[in-house]
Amino acid sequence: MSYDTSSNLDAETREAIDIDRSKGDFSFPERHKFDAGRGLTERTVDYISDVKGEPQWIREFRHRALKVFREKPMPTNWATQDLENIDFDVIRYYLSDGEKPKRSWDEVPEEVLRTFERLGIPEQERAFLAGVEAQYDSEAAYSNMKEELTKLGVIFVNSTEGLKEHEEIFRPWFGKVIPTGDNKFSALNSAVFSGGSFIYIPKGVKLKQPLQAYFRINSENFGQFERTLIIADEGAEVMYMEGCTAPKFETATLHSAVVELVALKGAKIQYVTVQNWSSNVFNLVTKRGLAMEDAEVRWIDCNIGSRLTMKYPGVIMKGERARGEVISIALANSGQHQDTGAKMIHAANHTTSNVVSKSISVGEGRSTYRGQVHIPKHLKGCKNNTECDALLINTKSRTDTYPAITVKGNQHATQHEASVSQVSEDMLFYMQQRGLSEGQAMSLAVNGFINDLVREFPMEYSVELKRLIDLEMEGSVG
Amino acid sequence: MSLLINDLHASLEDGTEILKGVTLEIPAGEVHAIMGPNGSGKSTLSKVISGHEGYVVTSGSVTMDGQDLLAMSIDERSRAGIFLAFQYPAEVPGVSNANFIRAALQSRLPKGEEIDAVAYYKNLYAKMDHLEMDRKFTARSVNEGFSGGEKKRNEILQMMMLEPRYSILDETDSGLDIDALKIVAKGVNAMRSPERGMLLITHYQRLLDYIAPDYVHVMAAGRIVRSGGPELALELEKNGYDFLKETELVPA
Repeated sequence: MSYDTSSNLDAETREAIDIDRSKGDFSFPERHKFDAGRGLTERTVDYISDVKGEPQWIREFRHRALKVFREKPMPTNWATQDLENIDFDVIRYYLSDGEKPKRSWDEVPEEVLRTFERLGIPEQERAFLAGVEAQYDSEAAYSNMKEELTKLGVIFVNSTEGLKEHEEIFRPWFGKVIPTGDNKFSALNSAVFSGGSFIYIPKGVKLKQPLQAYFRINSENFGQFERTLIIADEGAEVMYMEGCTAPKFETATLHSAVVELVALKGAKIQYVTVQNWSSNVFNLVTKRGLAMEDAEVRWIDCNIGSRLTMKYPGVIMKGERARGEVISIALANSGQHQDTGAKMIHAANHTTSNVVSKSISVGEGRSTYRGQVHIPKHLKGCKNNTECDALLINTKSRTDTYPAITVKGNQHATQHEASVSQVSEDMLFYMQQRGLSEGQAMSLAVNGFINDLVREFPMEYSVELKRLIDLEMEGSVG
Repeated sequence: MSLLINDLHASLEDGTEILKGVTLEIPAGEVHAIMGPNGSGKSTLSKVISGHEGYVVTSGSVTMDGQDLLAMSIDERSRAGIFLAFQYPAEVPGVSNANFIRAALQSRLPKGEEIDAVAYYKNLYAKMDHLEMDRKFTARSVNEGFSGGEKKRNEILQMMMLEPRYSILDETDSGLDIDALKIVAKGVNAMRSPERGMLLITHYQRLLDYIAPDYVHVMAAGRIVRSGGPELALELEKNGYDFLKETELVPA
């Protein structure tokens, strides 16, 4: 599972790929009180449940999930063979220091605090966030929310606290949007999940500032399996943002999350991701939202880094006039494969979905778009718009598009556009002749390509996104 | 102080030689024009000077005020003071004109120093007014959907903003109607200065009615075959390039 043995890239190229992730490329010595050890058995599951002091129903849920995980084959019939390189027997499934998440940064252990300070999290919290959860390996080290939100009845805690303290809200929706058996990795997550957020926004409460979670992997050979459930009650509104980094280890790391969103009547959930994994992370994530009558679920998803990302955020539009949207940007540099897309399931009349996907492939990087739009025959007045654009930088890059639009009945409107363009030598020469270095020129071309989508990001994140792209393009110049 | 091209030979990657010994000196403060028929190597010369990677310099030298340009990358040459107004400017989708020019200016500043946005826009608007360009051009993507004339005006705008030491204008007059040509010439003339050298590449005398060159050169088959004053352009206009048939093997 080592990056070195499974890759045919030369050392220099690998160095070039990773030079850009310097911000996240550091780690501290491990000081874990709780370590589930390597490999995955019933004992691993029990260990996690014991450490967390979980109720019996969750323990059973985990054991059932473990069975499903073992029974399900790897999806290599349609996905990349690289999945076979994940060695589930060497992964460590649970690591924590046994501390409860702190409400104040002052109480967070020194090196954890230093980690998140280097990543700029406390600073962002002060500047523009309503609440922050910072997860370090398996558990949150810090979790806090502005006091006035607590008074309004907003809940923002980790998944363990959510299922224990708020079972009456948590349990009816947990595992309902994404059933355990949805795919092999949702089953894996269901068996060993730890961390992630549970959020409940009461009726009519509209959060002006976003809530943020930051997921940090610090330990080698570690698998991070956070589990997030967000419920926006009728007429509520929330924006949730997540960021992710990991240091560059010699061996591969697994990140496999499950994120479920529930937007009740008239509610609005926006989920923004800016991930910048180091290039040995297998990032296999299942994300889906349920939108009831007049509700809206938007996924704004930016994938930079990782060795392999497989992620297809979806929206099930279950109530009339529900809206679903996926806006995604993926950048695949050499040695990386971004296999991303969207799933739009129309399950009520007059539902509307929109998918805009832009992928950039650089060097030997590979981008794949998989889209699924489903509109059954008995519905009427459904609309879907799908746009996917790919930008290629140099001749070795590869891009594939697999749109699957199933529309039955004739009372619907769908539109699909796809384009592939290249950063031509003429364009680069033109920009370089004006004084921009090759890296700056490519970066500007890439930023231009995604410009209209970046506007959808909160300002603070679009600045970060631009910075990441600049670094990525600078690093890709040989 | 001059842009000095000495016995320059350059080939395509497949080995076809395009420049076959070009020698030309453009001192600061002078405007030179190169005329010549299609395929004579005029555009190639402009690309080789600016460092286009599609050509291989096999011998000769290009220096700017004593600096060896051939040892520099494309962007280093630009920042050192070489500007090329393109015959066919590239489009850069999604990047606004204002941001593009700003990035070009930013690349000339030392690391850590930022452009003053207010002063930048003031300067940009003044130059645009000079070229009678609508303010809307700042927000439009670089050259995307521009007419031929708008693209050329945009090239001159960039030149005025970057204030190069030596400018090469490659067929800036092609595709321009007479009004646009006058505006472009106004911009170029405003840039004439004792510190700046210019090289105009053109097919036609027409441009030279508005931008008076100090010297005119005729290029044919990869060489400068005749040089003279402004009157040479008039002579070419009248008699065409027929004389080349007799003289092309005898460099001036």
